[in-house]
Amino acid sequence: MEAQSQPAVAMEARGVSKIFRGPEGDFHALDSVSVSIAEGEFFTLLGPSGCGKTTLLRMIAGFEHPSAGQLLLHGEDISDLPPYRRQVNTVFQSYALFPHLSVAENIAFGLRMLGRPNAEVDQTVDRMLKLVKMEPMRNRLTSQISGGQQQRVALARALAPAPKVLLLDEPLSALDLKLRKEMQIELKRLQHETGITFIFVTHDQEEALTMSDRIAVMRDGHVLQIGAPREIYDQPANRFVASFIGETNFLSATSEGIVDGGIRIRIGDTVSVETDLPDGVDPKGDLTVVVRPEHIVLRERGAPDTLSATLTNAVYFGTDTHYHLELASGQHPIARRQNAAGAPERVEIGAAIGVAFAPSAARLLRD
Amino acid sequence: MVRPTSALSSGEITARRTIVRRYWLLCLPALVLLVFAASGPLLIVLAYSFLEPAEYSGVVWSLSGEGWFKVILNRDIFDDTISLADAHMTIFWRSAKLSVLTTLLTLAIGFPTAYFIATRPKTHRQYWLFLITIPFWTNLLIRTYAIMEVIRNEGILNSSLMSLGLIGAPLQILYTDTAVLIGMVYVYLPLMVLPLYAAMERLDFRLVEAGYDLYATRFQVLRRVIVPLVKPGIIAGSILVFIPSLGAYVTPRVLGGGKNMMIGNLIELQFGEGRNWPLGAALSIGLLVTVMAALVFYVRNEQAER
Ligand SMILES: Nc1ncnc2c1ncn2[C@@H]1O[C@H](COP(=O)(O)OP(=O)(O)OP(=O)(O)O)[C@@H](O)[C@H]1O
Ligand SMILES: [Mg+2]
Repeated sequence: MEAQSQPAVAMEARGVSKIFRGPEGDFHALDSVSVSIAEGEFFTLLGPSGCGKTTLLRMIAGFEHPSAGQLLLHGEDISDLPPYRRQVNTVFQSYALFPHLSVAENIAFGLRMLGRPNAEVDQTVDRMLKLVKMEPMRNRLTSQISGGQQQRVALARALAPAPKVLLLDEPLSALDLKLRKEMQIELKRLQHETGITFIFVTHDQEEALTMSDRIAVMRDGHVLQIGAPREIYDQPANRFVASFIGETNFLSATSEGIVDGGIRIRIGDTVSVETDLPDGVDPKGDLTVVVRPEHIVLRERGAPDTLSATLTNAVYFGTDTHYHLELASGQHPIARRQNAAGAPERVEIGAAIGVAFAPSAARLLRD
Repeated sequence: MVRPTSALSSGEITARRTIVRRYWLLCLPALVLLVFAASGPLLIVLAYSFLEPAEYSGVVWSLSGEGWFKVILNRDIFDDTISLADAHMTIFWRSAKLSVLTTLLTLAIGFPTAYFIATRPKTHRQYWLFLITIPFWTNLLIRTYAIMEVIRNEGILNSSLMSLGLIGAPLQILYTDTAVLIGMVYVYLPLMVLPLYAAMERLDFRLVEAGYDLYATRFQVLRRVIVPLVKPGIIAGSILVFIPSLGAYVTPRVLGGGKNMMIGNLIELQFGEGRNWPLGAALSIGLLVTVMAALVFYVRNEQAER
């Protein structure tokens, strides 16, 4: 075993597929998905509704059987084990707290089923109640606490048996925005304190970016890209990932020829930049570059290396302002600028301006 | 209910009282029906239990405790010694035993049945429920005779067992307690399945998954999650089966023959051949009070647990 260099793999999916057979024919919910999640990692499955996130999670938990492929927990194949034999716990989207048990009894449930001695159960329950700050409510029924508190109890219940991997299926989606932000921080803290591997499902890209160590972006049962938040944001593998993560401008470009370590491309009539040529991009075909709104700078019309544009709208967002532009080519990019404390120059709507961006901000995309 | 609070002006309180009074008026037809069709006859039965039997049938209007006395005691005709009414005790014991067994057996059969139906796809459930209710379409007496056809010595059960060579001589099932039990389980099973199904249909199966996820085996999920959650259905079904079982009349009469009587048959006997209406009335009221007391005790207990 290599020392230090690579953390152990907690959970691995090898070519996992799921086919639901129905009266209207087969449905491929997951198609040959392979991911490898390191011990102690905060790993997020991100994708639009129906892309198969819950299906993958349910297979790891043991509620669905993979149609093909293998699931390995700490190197051991668990594909054929029933859910109660897998050292994996789930925080359900609906919380699924037992209504006939108190808060403390809910948290104790897993440990009792494992046949742990009473003293150990009591001790762990106390520790969990403290961890999620629910000590004063230990004897309440779960119907007598608020949504955010139920969320905490669901977390404590899943953490109490100290699973090897914790699965969280959109655990925050039922909470309002403020509580949601609080729980995001809370979740990170809990993960840090317990050191348990988290597999987190969300369709909220912002939540994924702020919380994860790594993200897997999914669509239609496929994993499109796996990487750290920064990698996925800055170097999206394709058009779908680029548009799903953050706000994005797509600009069409033409090739001016291969250069040393990349390609020179022309955008509009006036801008020419050198950039990387990612795998799978045909340099002779139609090219698309992605430029994030915060990388677009507004200049004067006619300044060097700028595209001519007209300002069509300006939308104030408090911390920043979004400028809607129209290029000579007919495309409509958006520029974002922070509302800094210094002199906020006002730009009139309808004004003729120039648009610039750093060469490094433009990335060529595969469709 | 209206609870006047200090925040309400006296005018408001009067207004609300008037409204409540009007509601009572609307209840009048129901109240009349209740008094004349339910409480009234019951009061007559209660009164009869304290009268003396007339020679052939009916009652003589003179006060007597003999009816109640004879429910559990016996006075010798010759020397007036008092002893426990053994025949009655046997019948009470059989009634209690068969009713408890019927309840347990219908629960044992009804629980998996209701679970099966509740876990079918929504569109299929109504067909299964329809099958469960089919027996209600046939007269009870006919159904009971059908059971008799199955279990009598020359019936389907015995003749097929004999032709298979499993038994040499027919099993005597008819006219035993077993026959009564089989009949009652068959008759009362739907009354157990329906409330159980109603409870299970409302069961959130995500909780079952949560149980499995938290290391509960199939049996533990059943015991720790499903049973506690469908408990109201189990209780409702048990009450619905146990109470009519105690007073069952047709089934023990047909399948138990003349000997294997239950309370219902004993009561009927007093109003018929026994010609002792006060005793019959006392037995009826006694049965009613026992069941009511058991229910009240149970509900109290349940509330105390909460
Ligand atoms: N039991 C099932 N039978 C048939 N199809 C199913 C079943 N479960 C899920 N699917 C289908 O599989 C696809 C993936 O479902 P899944 O629940 O994994 O999506 P998801 O990514 O979790 O979506 P969401 O964000 O809406 O929760 C969906 O199109 C869904 O309709
Ligand atoms: Mg889902």
